[in-house]
Amino acid sequence: MLSRGGGRARPADAGGLELFSWYFFRVSGLALIFLAIFHVVIMHVVNTVDEINYAFVADRWSSPFWKVYDFLLLTLALLHGINGARLSIDDYVRSGGWRVAAHTTLWMIALIFMIIGGLAIVTFDPAAFEAAHAGR
Amino acid sequence: MQRIYRGREGMISWALHRLTGLGVLLFLIIHIADIYVIGYGPEEFDSLLFIYDTLGFRLMEVGLVAALYYHALNGVRIILIDFWDGAALIQRKLFYAVVIGFFVTFIPTAILMLRPLY
Repeated sequence: MLSRGGGRARPADAGGLELFSWYFFRVSGLALIFLAIFHVVIMHVVNTVDEINYAFVADRWSSPFWKVYDFLLLTLALLHGINGARLSIDDYVRSGGWRVAAHTTLWMIALIFMIIGGLAIVTFDPAAFEAAHAGR
Repeated sequence: MQRIYRGREGMISWALHRLTGLGVLLFLIIHIADIYVIGYGPEEFDSLLFIYDTLGFRLMEVGLVAALYYHALNGVRIILIDFWDGAALIQRKLFYAVVIGFFVTFIPTAILMLRPLY
């Protein structure tokens, strides 16, 4: 099926994972327009990077709203991006062995960065460092 | 002699979409790694942040925002084309709308982002 001058044509015949991936791109993309652009505007336009430090992040993450916000942004952005890289590998890496290697590496990266990103948000605890300082 | 396929707006928009997407993904991976350092405490995290104050990194951040804005605007174009037949017929015009929308949003953002420099 031909594309219509935009993105990929909807892989309706393939069904299953590819159809889900196609819809996921569009649904997560719409959500990310708001999540990612609002994030960038807060961090780089309202504030500037030289105002951001540990205290700034600690203040933000003291609110459950921003923790949930950042977790959603992390998950959707990473999966949306990894899915794009997956299609790029399908397009450019033609030989079987390299494809397996590329896809394996990609999903290892996805898993590792999903875990460390999620851990950073979920386990963040400024009180632990204050207690360590007080105990010194 | 082999001729290189030279597409018009449709191909250019697609190539830019892929390039900006992979660029933003690369930054996201780096960004997850630097935020992970926050778990090691204030000293470790703050001592890392000098990187973001350097001129080279500031310019890369402006590049990141450019990539993000284009990807977002062209993403809307793709969704319109996919779900509305009328948009498929004017996909070329929509690409120029994306380009105009990009400059209208990106230029003020870049000026505001770089304000600590002037």
